[in-house]
Amino acid sequence: MENYLLYGVTILFIIISFYKDRKKTKIALKKAWKAFENILPEFLGIIIMVGIVLAFLNPEVVSKIIGKQSGWPGVLIAAVVGAITLIPGFVAFPMAAMVLQSGAGLMQIGAFVSALMMVGVVTFPVETKYFGKKLALWRNGLAFLFSFLVAFIIEKVVG
Amino acid sequence: MMRGVVPFLKRYKLVIIAAAALGVLLLFWRSLGIKAVGISLFSFKEMALVIPPIFILLGLLDVWVPRETMVKYMGERSGVKGVILAIILGSAAAGPLYGAFPVAAVLMKKGAKFSNIMAFIGAWSTTKIPMFLFEISALGAKFAVTRMLVDIPGIILIGYILNKTVSDKEKEQLYERAQELAA
Repeated sequence: MENYLLYGVTILFIIISFYKDRKKTKIALKKAWKAFENILPEFLGIIIMVGIVLAFLNPEVVSKIIGKQSGWPGVLIAAVVGAITLIPGFVAFPMAAMVLQSGAGLMQIGAFVSALMMVGVVTFPVETKYFGKKLALWRNGLAFLFSFLVAFIIEKVVG
Repeated sequence: MMRGVVPFLKRYKLVIIAAAALGVLLLFWRSLGIKAVGISLFSFKEMALVIPPIFILLGLLDVWVPRETMVKYMGERSGVKGVILAIILGSAAAGPLYGAFPVAAVLMKKGAKFSNIMAFIGAWSTTKIPMFLFEISALGAKFAVTRMLVDIPGIILIGYILNKTVSDKEKEQLYERAQELAA
């Protein structure tokens, strides 16, 4: 739904822009294509790698590894899995809820969700292309550490 | 002809490696391979829905929003207003984190301040409003609100640290790179 809305808004803007200035609109579309083409190889490579990684994971496996009793090692595993995988939110949240019901711990799920959102191991090549290796390493490293804090606080508040 | 092939192979190195890995999987662990292909196709659809409009909107932004406007609202002297605007922009966004990088490049090209860019990336990754609503329905309001309240100071702090780790010279290089990438 959200996605079709994005297309709708984009088309509306193109029409307005075209109506106001044809030439500028053409330049804008050309720029858009060039920027897209620039990053396309990374996108395609990432998509295939994500498919491979996710093929190995399923809710039963996940809840076995990161159950309530798994403690901090479980949190670490959850954060690593979250950091590596790239799952869209509308798949990740129901999946997290499912894993929670099948016995995963809150702290582990907190780390998983947080790392999933902030850390991107598979998108690292894209991030490096834009921000360089140093900054991408720092950002992902700090975000990874931060997800342990999030896990701890969620356990204290919600658990 | 030949001259075009080598750079093409070099650029698509990652795709070729990933596709080869997928091929191996399909050959030796058939069911896992088929599952991986299915998930890849699903993600491809996801990407096709989000990425093209983002790039078109960026092209339009590039053409229509003058540099002075961006500098005024998100530039060196934008202060707290700039940070808040960066977080709002990131939070209103749709799509996965990798969609944020090209947007950041255009913002940089237009003269947004580096720490604001970091706040924008942080917000895009954690405080997206459409995702937040989804999180509430799946994991409950208490979980989602707690995470959000921890994350907001978190992204500001991370942005602050990142801003400190890069020297002015490195920042300059990143801005130059953004010029090229945003075309």
